[in-house]
Amino acid sequence: MIPETFIPVLYALIYILISPLIGGLIAGIDRKVTARMQGRVGPPVLQPFYDVGKLFEKENLVVTVSQNFYVLSYLVFMVVAGALFFSGGDMLLVIFAFTLSHIFLVLGAYASYSPYSHVGAERELLQIIAYEPMIILTAVGMYMVTQSFFVSTIVASHIPIILYLPGVFIGYLIVLTIKLRKSPFDLSTSHHAHQEIVKGVTTDFTGPNLGKIEIAHWYEYVFLLGVIWLFFAWNPLVAVAAIVIAYFLEILIDNTMARVKWQLMLRTAWIIAGTLGLVNLGVLYYLRMVVSP
Amino acid sequence: MTYLKKSPWIVHYNASSCNGCDIEILAALTPLFDVERFGIVNTGNPKHADILLVTGSINNKNIEPLKNVYGQIPEPKVVVAIGICATSGGIFRECYNILGGTDKVIPVDVYVPGCAARPESIIDGVVTALGILEQKKLRMAEKAATETTKVGGTV
Repeated sequence: MIPETFIPVLYALIYILISPLIGGLIAGIDRKVTARMQGRVGPPVLQPFYDVGKLFEKENLVVTVSQNFYVLSYLVFMVVAGALFFSGGDMLLVIFAFTLSHIFLVLGAYASYSPYSHVGAERELLQIIAYEPMIILTAVGMYMVTQSFFVSTIVASHIPIILYLPGVFIGYLIVLTIKLRKSPFDLSTSHHAHQEIVKGVTTDFTGPNLGKIEIAHWYEYVFLLGVIWLFFAWNPLVAVAAIVIAYFLEILIDNTMARVKWQLMLRTAWIIAGTLGLVNLGVLYYLRMVVSP
Repeated sequence: MTYLKKSPWIVHYNASSCNGCDIEILAALTPLFDVERFGIVNTGNPKHADILLVTGSINNKNIEPLKNVYGQIPEPKVVVAIGICATSGGIFRECYNILGGTDKVIPVDVYVPGCAARPESIIDGVVTALGILEQKKLRMAEKAATETTKVGGTV
């Protein structure tokens, strides 16, 4: 029925259509579980959808018109990164598009004149610097195991990648805390009502622009959890279980940790990437060269 | 009808309040009352907010900050004056430096009297404000339908 060449396009389309729903539900369950951990009842599971619906009903108050462009670019490149990933594209290209989308968010925050927005933008840049090496190491590790940077080949290889890359996986989970904007690494902006730098990187975005940032964040959720899937791609059931456990751990860490300073975040992320990630890859390299040449 | 009623975000401004009403507002966020059940979030950022809660009476020092915070909230927005000081100036009404309640400076939609206003009455005031918020949104939509061009500000 469907020609072979169109199947990646089909996967990309499914991702573009479905993932806002999945991402929004994940965000809703996240808020509910967080509330229960704090002894509260919490909002309805569909609350993120109500929030975004409301944001699109509000007036779009902008400081400079370029903010509209930057926010739209953030959303578009986030969708592009995820679509490339789910259509089985090149992991390196996915990471480039993913980083570019965050650069647009930083530029959008720098486009306004608020000092809070600028502090948020600087912290967002620091977060990008902190997590980027580990994300690249994840792609490199998958290449060392499967001899391919293409997601389609990695999934088709049916190798239990987690057994080869346990260190890389733990490192990825730690930078996932930065990416999901969870304590202790929620420096640039937070989902909670912390008021240290107002709302950091999102301070000067109102109404529809803030709604677009939320939707981009939902796409990001699905993409990031998709990378966890890759580690367990040989067994979908184990993969789903791993995603659920990993996300629950993130919520638990979020609710039990205080926010750290940026120096500690950068040090933690890089030391983890340097030890767990590089040592894991080094051992893998050694085994390949010496044990089974 | 609209999503506004399901997701009201609040920003709180303290205009010379004694902190009594402020503590009662924060009490509404605790596990006992948990206003997040209704999607109410205390944002701390006027640009994300829908509802402005004002506590305390108005004096010459806080007119400008209050106008500034009010001006940064995107439409539609409502103002709730919490406590008797924000409603009318309260016992400070006759003081030489006090102008009176919040409505001397910005339009107020809901008054929640009390010293201090109890969390139940604050929640009741916010829920009343939600109805007004929705009416304002409908009025905005009608206005947008009649006006073809917008002047400045919004893009």
